[in-house]
Amino acid sequence: METEAPSMENPKISAYYQTRLAHFGVVSTEWLAQAQSATNPNPPLPSSSTNSHTDKDTNFSVIDEFNRWRNHPDLAEAVAAIRALAAVISASKASTMMQLEIELKNASDTLKAWDTTSISLTAASDLFMRYVTRTSALEFEDFNSAKARLIERADKFGEISYKARKIIGMLSQDFIFDGCTILVHGFSRVVFEVLKLAAHNKKRFRVFCTEGRPDRTGLRLSNDLAKLDVPVKLVIDSAVAYTMDEVDLVLVGADGVVESGGIINMMGTYQIALVAKSMNKPVYVAAESYKFARHYPLDQKDLAPALRPVDFGVPIPSKVEVECSARDYTPPQYLTLLFTDLGVLTPSVVSDELIQLYL
Amino acid sequence: MDARRPPRAVIDPKVRTVGFFTPPDPIQFDSNSLSPVMIPPPCHSSENLDLHSPPSVTPPSGDESVSVTGSYNGSSSELFPAPMSPALSQKIVAGDGGVGGGIVASSFPRGGGVPVCKLTTVSVVNTDSFAFDERDKPNKGGGSSMEVKDQAMNSKQKNEKSSKAERRALQEAQRAAKAAAKAEGNKATGTVTSGNLKSAKATKPPQKVDNTSVAASEKKGVDRPSEKDRKKDVPHPRMQYDDKSRVEKAKRRAVVNHTESRNRVELFRHLPQYEHGSQLPDLEAKFFQLEPVHPSVYKVGLQYLSGDISGGNARCIAMLQAFQDAIKDYTVPPEKTLVRDLTAKISSYVSFLIECRPLSISMGNAIRFLKSQIAKLPLTLSESESKTSLQSDIERFIYEKIILADKVIVEHAVTKIRDGDVLLTYGSSSAVEMILLRAHELGKQFQVVVVDSRPSLKGKLLLRRLVEKGLTCTYTHINAVSFIMHEVTRVFLGASSVLSNGTVYSGVGTASVAMVAHAFHVPVIVCCEAFKFHERVQLDSICSNELGDPDVISKVSGRGDVNHLDAWANAENLQLLNLIYDATPSDYVSIIVTDYGMIPPTSVPVVVREYSREQVWI
Repeated sequence: METEAPSMENPKISAYYQTRLAHFGVVSTEWLAQAQSATNPNPPLPSSSTNSHTDKDTNFSVIDEFNRWRNHPDLAEAVAAIRALAAVISASKASTMMQLEIELKNASDTLKAWDTTSISLTAASDLFMRYVTRTSALEFEDFNSAKARLIERADKFGEISYKARKIIGMLSQDFIFDGCTILVHGFSRVVFEVLKLAAHNKKRFRVFCTEGRPDRTGLRLSNDLAKLDVPVKLVIDSAVAYTMDEVDLVLVGADGVVESGGIINMMGTYQIALVAKSMNKPVYVAAESYKFARHYPLDQKDLAPALRPVDFGVPIPSKVEVECSARDYTPPQYLTLLFTDLGVLTPSVVSDELIQLYL
Repeated sequence: MDARRPPRAVIDPKVRTVGFFTPPDPIQFDSNSLSPVMIPPPCHSSENLDLHSPPSVTPPSGDESVSVTGSYNGSSSELFPAPMSPALSQKIVAGDGGVGGGIVASSFPRGGGVPVCKLTTVSVVNTDSFAFDERDKPNKGGGSSMEVKDQAMNSKQKNEKSSKAERRALQEAQRAAKAAAKAEGNKATGTVTSGNLKSAKATKPPQKVDNTSVAASEKKGVDRPSEKDRKKDVPHPRMQYDDKSRVEKAKRRAVVNHTESRNRVELFRHLPQYEHGSQLPDLEAKFFQLEPVHPSVYKVGLQYLSGDISGGNARCIAMLQAFQDAIKDYTVPPEKTLVRDLTAKISSYVSFLIECRPLSISMGNAIRFLKSQIAKLPLTLSESESKTSLQSDIERFIYEKIILADKVIVEHAVTKIRDGDVLLTYGSSSAVEMILLRAHELGKQFQVVVVDSRPSLKGKLLLRRLVEKGLTCTYTHINAVSFIMHEVTRVFLGASSVLSNGTVYSGVGTASVAMVAHAFHVPVIVCCEAFKFHERVQLDSICSNELGDPDVISKVSGRGDVNHLDAWANAENLQLLNLIYDATPSDYVSIIVTDYGMIPPTSVPVVVREYSREQVWI
């Protein structure tokens, strides 16, 4: 199963998490083969099959574009999606706004269908579609200038995303005080930005990094933090409750922020939030605003399944089932605050923002 | 609210008891079916003080109402829908005027003309108004509302007192002979009730009831008819209650003869409670005599009274369609403007409907919409054009806000049902029924548990309809809800309204089911159309509610041998309480499904804000 091409052939393996693995996980020799197959030459396969869907342009495939952008380690998934959609606009041969919108809608649906598990992908595509339909209703009589403007906006989105991280970094500085201990889970670029900025501002703090199996993202993060001269301590996932006493605050990123105000993040986040809440430690989430999605999970099983293979290092008999879900849902009552580029928000504000945006 | 609590000073601590006890005061146990804790004639504190003797206190409904109405005067025009007339004046106290007033009004008797009333009464409240004590330590219930009322009354009606006693005695005699009373009352045609509720903001009947009702209720027994009379007097929003003759006339012309029940629970004295059973035949007999009330509206009122139409959406749609008919047949009287006159007429209809049965919050919202549409009519339109425009507005409201909204809700909610689910529902909600049927149509495999409760047993009808369509159902009583909850995966509840702090106001028993579900970590899904949202905030189920007929509690259908409570009304220390609504705190609700999508309970004020911004209400 690991060596199969992801996504198209085996839709259960989440491409999103494969990518994250490729970017941030520790790639051991056993994993290398998987990583290679996960990231590289698949675009041809999906593109050929998706090309049939995206009729109009025979040589252009949105999935192709998307994959191309996605592989940049520094680029958020959402930004990759939007860049891909922007490429759709530039390659489009439509002559009216309606036609363009329909093409975009098709491309966006294709992207979403290609990876159903990525929330920021869906959220960002929806956001872009909404932006397109809104502006198209406005001024531009000249179709070409409208097109140009859309492309320009899409390109700016990448900058916006990058800037968002900076803004979030700045907003969170107030919450990191001298001498504090921060528990971090999963490798979030936003969280890393926050910690980088704090270190740069000469704050004295130390970080507990969970190992983050099965990706073992913690190892990578601790590596990067050590380079910044931040005192780091690695804890295995089971030792979180044990060390929670010494922790002052928990800081995590988010793959998606849902309408209830809860977050969807790497497996283990819910556990940590539960422990933190029972010990009265604040849990902060650093997430950009384009990750707000209109999902509303009621419990853990309400999410679309996103699986990733887990390697235990020893062969497991086939009779034994393995829980391979890659993510979990943390309800809003366990979260204290969200740091977003819109400001520092409480979880209940997420729905407010979504209503204003989509209604 | 402070207003509701009578000042301690005036109450004799020895006699006063809190909560569900009626004071042991022997005020009057007359056969007049007035509650023993009837409040002395409303009017002024001074008057009240004079009235220490029970006889004066016993209010034949006529008397009291007369006096009450007198005091109300100006402001209270809206005062109450029949039940609470006295209360109305009180409510005004709080109002801020304008919208605020409206909202405040809710806490007070419905009806409303908030702005006017409030101003006058507030200050006075505390001290004297509670002269009532002497009557029968009404205390708790009435609280401030009563006081306020008193004030209003006092200020307005000093002169009423003298004649009141006489009138009261006369009224009593009349009441004793019900037929005689009816004969007189019948003259009223029905305007009385409508008259009563002239309030512009008839939208919030339940809430209004509280404060004002408290006062009102006490006094009201007798007052109510008079209030009704007053209201019916003219289709104009503010009844002038200092006109004695008007009050009397109004009382005589009360459409619905309400007699206050005996043995009222003290904690709920601020809510109107009448003896059921006598009103429907009364009204039916008067069907062809009513002139001020349009036949469609009258019919709908009768249907409410008899319980033929129940359920938030059904009542709302029936009322709006009756208004459509009424508008169709409406003609502007000479020298009057359509906007004002029609608004007044609608207010009178609303008063009548409130007399039959207190309005639900969604009905209040619909009425507000209609009135704002009337107010927005451009003056250049001709009469027939205006009428057609209004009719199509109502049509559009019903279609968009109820029918289409239900479809959207169903589409959203079925995504939350998975194969293998065990869904629990309580009572009978139209939205939940549609969701279950639709999920079944889509082929999902699930089981349903229908939880029901006495005395209404509405779940049985839902059960029947579901089983007919082939769903696998289990039926149980609310006593067993904690027993079966461990097997349940989702709970679907309907709502009469959702308030701004996320509180779900729904049929009594809903809060218990939600609480048990929460304890078992079962997600609770509330399905409610967005037009039922309200900006009001309510913290408990007591300050605003509706009281149903207590007799149905004592009777168990099909079990004639269970007749221990047949003579409950005669027992002095026994009261039966039949609440209709309760309030579920937002902590127990996981998600609210509306036509705006799926939102957390904390986002209800956002939806209310967006609604008004989009001018949806208008």
